[in-house]
Amino acid sequence: MPDASASGEPAGTGGSGPGASGLGRHVRVVLVDDHRMFRTGVQAEIGQTDRTGVEVVGEAPDVDQAVSVITSTRPEVVLLDVHLPGGGGVEVLRRCSALMADSEQPVRFLALSVSDAAEDVIGVIRGGARGYVTKTITGSDLVDSIFRVQDGDAVFSPRLAGFVLDAFASTDAPPVDEDLDRLTQREREVLRLIARGYAYKEIAKQLFISVKTVESHVSAVLRKLQLSNRHELTRWATARRLV
Amino acid sequence: MPEAAALPVDTPRPPRKLYRSSDGRWLGGVARGLAGHLGLPVTWVRLVFAGLFMADGLGALVYAAFWFFVPLGVGGVDNQRPPAIAAETLPDGRRRLVARKPDRGQIVALLLMVVVAMVFVGNVNLGDGARAYLWPTVLVAAGVALVWRQADNARRARWAEVGRRRRTITLLRSVGGVLLVTAGVSGIFVLQGSAAHLGSVLQAALAVLVGITLLAGPYLVRMTQDLSEERLMRIRAQERAEVAAHVHDSVLHTLTLIQRNADNPNEVRRLARAQERDLRTWLYKPEGTGKDEEDEPDTLAEAVRRNAAEVEDKHGVPIEVVVVGDCPLDEGLTAQMQAAREAMVNAAKYGGEGGAVQVFAEVEGRTVFVSVRDRGPGFDLDAIPADRMGVRESIIGRMERNGGTARLRAVPDGGTEVELEMERAETTS
Repeated sequence: MPDASASGEPAGTGGSGPGASGLGRHVRVVLVDDHRMFRTGVQAEIGQTDRTGVEVVGEAPDVDQAVSVITSTRPEVVLLDVHLPGGGGVEVLRRCSALMADSEQPVRFLALSVSDAAEDVIGVIRGGARGYVTKTITGSDLVDSIFRVQDGDAVFSPRLAGFVLDAFASTDAPPVDEDLDRLTQREREVLRLIARGYAYKEIAKQLFISVKTVESHVSAVLRKLQLSNRHELTRWATARRLV
Repeated sequence: MPEAAALPVDTPRPPRKLYRSSDGRWLGGVARGLAGHLGLPVTWVRLVFAGLFMADGLGALVYAAFWFFVPLGVGGVDNQRPPAIAAETLPDGRRRLVARKPDRGQIVALLLMVVVAMVFVGNVNLGDGARAYLWPTVLVAAGVALVWRQADNARRARWAEVGRRRRTITLLRSVGGVLLVTAGVSGIFVLQGSAAHLGSVLQAALAVLVGITLLAGPYLVRMTQDLSEERLMRIRAQERAEVAAHVHDSVLHTLTLIQRNADNPNEVRRLARAQERDLRTWLYKPEGTGKDEEDEPDTLAEAVRRNAAEVEDKHGVPIEVVVVGDCPLDEGLTAQMQAAREAMVNAAKYGGEGGAVQVFAEVEGRTVFVSVRDRGPGFDLDAIPADRMGVRESIIGRMERNGGTARLRAVPDGGTEVELEMERAETTS
């Protein structure tokens, strides 16, 4: 079970045990992964609804089934593998874009992948995933991340923060009109601390701000990464031969 | 014909196959190849050919037959040739080998051939009529030789990459050869007295050529495309097989080791981490970033990853590395890397129980920042006895001597973080 092997992925929790954040909460989750072993493992780890508050309402091994399961069950959060037969996680995101945009009950996606290659990470985030964690994450951290995503916040792993920092790497003297697209000093600071392995709680303590503020900074980063700064991203991607 | 007789005797032994030599050849590499094959000095073989040439041009015929039938290869290289020369050509690659100018041997061979031909013509008593055909025949022969040599070069180019620049030369040589042959054949026609029909004959020949091109052209183009596509597929399959072989081998190996060490969790964890890292390198590292390179790292990112991997292997504590940006290593950065390594070792030794060690390196402008943090019990520098120099000297002292700064601090929720900052040298921009 890969998600029990290491605890080095503090994707947002400050050490809260299973259920601590799930008390009185309930979230419906669909698991999309082509490895049955992994689905079973995650199911066993987080799917004890009475303890964690997470209810796994559906599973799917490929893109087509994922789309139909998500459409029929309308979960709040989808745990999405990046590498899937039939087009990958990006394809699922594309075909579910209407569900994501739903104002009543939006479906939110959390990418959960064994790959931490930059093109995979940036690809699903641009596709609309609200977060990205690697499969080495612990069960309790995963539960916490799911709730975070359900709330509409972003979840970054240290590696993802590193990629984003790389993508927005400071060039000397940015032009004024692109200021909106750039990361603010504060957002950069927050990302840097995430990349250094700090949990959101620790970041808040370090910067003397509230956890909510940290989360809003991270969400802002995600928004910028998805929607704007095309020039930066294109240049970054071309330099790395990603496109 | 001792050479021809020797051939069937030797062919049953598969390892000693006869090849024409592509190295140090004068004309077609036949003599050198034969010499290597028979274990004779190459000069002898050449003399035998020259002698046979006197026997009504038999040598030329035999040579041509060898040239035609024996494949060009790297085997059969003359053992007389001093190895120093081969060693000199090999290390700097075949590129050099291909691009080199015609050597003295080839010029000597040409001169020799002309002389021998003169002698041959002088000695052999040809009728006046036949003598007139001599020059056209020579032209045809020269053209054929030129084109054949060309074909040899093309074949050799398959295992030696040739630059695009040489394509023009190739084309020029082919055209030259064809022109020579055409001139020779035309000459023969003229001498036969059918000069009056030459124009119409040429026209007819041209028409036939165009017809053949039209009929066979598309087929030929298709065939070349299919061939190159097939070759591409084969290369891909080969690559995949290579990766698969490597992955299978190392994964099976690791699994065996894990089974054997099942009761030793630390060892199992170490093995699994090492295997995971190895697989990741194979699967996700972009092409051309040196998958197999074992030499010293020359960029910051590489050095950080290498150090982390080594410490991880040695201490069995997972180390997670995030690198933002990259730059070449200089003296100061090398010192910083050593300090970072020391910090990683400390973190793995004393803070490893709390979970993975996080390493973050960032290049921003001229500043290189490295942070190493663990989630262990924490660390108070002032509480360490003054005679323990590990942190003071290896990390703080080393950074300060090289013009950087090092800071140790306790992280709010437990654990220690070491922050190393260093300015890049001015020259590396």
